[in-house]
Amino acid sequence: MIELLSKFTLSFQTFKTHRLRSFLTMLGIIIGVTTVIAILSLIEGLNRTVAEQVKSIGSDLIFLQKFSWVSTGHRDLDKLAGRPDLLPDDAEAITKLSSVEIAIPQTSRQLQILKYKDNEVSNSSLAGSDENYAWVNNYIVESGRDFSRDDVLHRRAVGIIGSYIATNLFPDETAVGKDLHLNGHRIKIIGVFKEKGTFLGNSLDDFILIPYTVFEKFFPRPRGTLWSRVYGGYSIGIKAKDGMKIEETIDQVRELMRRRHGLGFDKEDDFELNTQQILMDLYQSITNVGFIAIVAIAAISLVVGGIGIMNIMLVSVAERTREIGIRKAVGASNNNILAQFLIESIVLALVGGLIGIVFGMLLAWLISAVSPLKASVSFWMILLGFGFSASVGIFFGIYPARRAASLNPIEALRYE
Amino acid sequence: MKKKTDIICRAVDVKKTYWRGKVAVEALRGVSFDIKRNAYISIMGPSGSGKSTLVHIFSCLDTPTSGEYYLENALVSKYSDEELARVRNIFFGFIFQSFSLLPRLSALDNVALPLIYRNISKHERIAKAKEIIENVGLADRMLHRPNELSGGECQRVAIARALVNDPKVIFADEPTGNLDSKTGAEIMEIFDHLVDEGNTVVMVTHDVNVAAHARRTVKLKDGLIAND
Repeated sequence: MIELLSKFTLSFQTFKTHRLRSFLTMLGIIIGVTTVIAILSLIEGLNRTVAEQVKSIGSDLIFLQKFSWVSTGHRDLDKLAGRPDLLPDDAEAITKLSSVEIAIPQTSRQLQILKYKDNEVSNSSLAGSDENYAWVNNYIVESGRDFSRDDVLHRRAVGIIGSYIATNLFPDETAVGKDLHLNGHRIKIIGVFKEKGTFLGNSLDDFILIPYTVFEKFFPRPRGTLWSRVYGGYSIGIKAKDGMKIEETIDQVRELMRRRHGLGFDKEDDFELNTQQILMDLYQSITNVGFIAIVAIAAISLVVGGIGIMNIMLVSVAERTREIGIRKAVGASNNNILAQFLIESIVLALVGGLIGIVFGMLLAWLISAVSPLKASVSFWMILLGFGFSASVGIFFGIYPARRAASLNPIEALRYE
Repeated sequence: MKKKTDIICRAVDVKKTYWRGKVAVEALRGVSFDIKRNAYISIMGPSGSGKSTLVHIFSCLDTPTSGEYYLENALVSKYSDEELARVRNIFFGFIFQSFSLLPRLSALDNVALPLIYRNISKHERIAKAKEIIENVGLADRMLHRPNELSGGECQRVAIARALVNDPKVIFADEPTGNLDSKTGAEIMEIFDHLVDEGNTVVMVTHDVNVAAHARRTVKLKDGLIAND
């Protein structure tokens, strides 16, 4: 071990005498590893952000809808529009399933403009659901109160607003107790949700929630368009029971819905069950392609770097032919010489790799400092950088080292 | 038993043929030769007479095309490269005309070089090398690099390197060839002293004055021993 260490320090001496040359040789590896570390850490950062966001949906939530969140190829809207509407009754039936904690009907639409005195916001969403919405979707009522069962049953024109609307429409006063006019209908604000942030770039706080019964009365669904027949209407948010496998819940819900829709065993489902998992799967399948592209780029730049190393090692072997002769004369075996030159090329590649890792981390840090992308450097990337450069050192160093080892000592000694 | 240990190297009808392109060069054409313990031999001959080749074979840098070469009764002419490297390391010390020191290493590290290939700890290597380098009178120069030393000093470093592994035979190829006569004489004094201490020295030289130091002079001509 000490021997090996002293060999490593010996090869550092070689680099000291050829600083510029060694640096230029390492440049290929440096650039390669820098790129890989920077891009990998940015992808990793993106992965984490997306994973966090998708997880914020809740791993125990299932959405029963007419359409799937993920579709491959063309989406047949005619077919989806022909599917039976999902209704609050369905939610009630699903809630009774043994593996289901609760199921709620949810619906929504876009609002053009919301005004209060001189303030206005545009393009907010209007959501309709019941008193369990906040609980199921992880919202917390920060001020005021949540819906009661009575609000829903008696179609009280009350609403809870997201924090975005609260801060923009009521910057200087309390929102609770105020009235809002939604397309001519008066809604009394009874509560404000705590801020939740964004999901895939969209604010989760830019909406008003009203009882679905009120939603149905004030905003009856235009039945005409294909679009509204697919995407309007209700979806059912289902929260699985704690400790229950989500697949089991999905199976129970599917069975129930097939029965309710009177589907024979040979008919396919006329509804979709969406979970966060299918979003994760979709995202992963996209990033996997990116990942493969990175690996390809890395491979190319490392091969280029490796060729540089091989080239300079061949020069070094030629320059030091006499040294090899002397070493062999005083007892160095072929393996000793092989090890010496191999260690040199490995050290060369590793130092390049190390510099690349540092540069890559700096670059990633720089990018996340000036852009919304968040970089995240993991330990495995550093290992990967080291592993890659060490393998390049070995792979491209072995040929020059072999050549050095196989030199005839007499001819090597004669070499001037 | 006595005879076995007395003769260190024995060459029996050694022939060596080189191929220079398509031309065969018969460097040695059947040489039989013994080196006894504590011998002081000079090998002379015009260039092309095969004296370097003979020394290369004796010192295990090369193997004969035919014939046998024994080292303390072991037949080494059939050894593999790895075994020959080990033999060189344990049995021999080398001194070259052009000193052949590694320019990037200090005098001390140059002297310690053969010990690296013996798996001796760094501490021991340096201790041993220091002792030897002091013996050749370079105690105050041991951390200098070869380009900071005079020719005579370089050759002393080379001698120290040849001695560091307690060799059975020291081979010197034109040891004074690159030195002025005064320095050359100093180096030869060291050789004389080494032999007096019981070492075995084999020199290749053109210089009659150098050869005169030896107790035995072997003249080679056209790959054969002309005069022993």
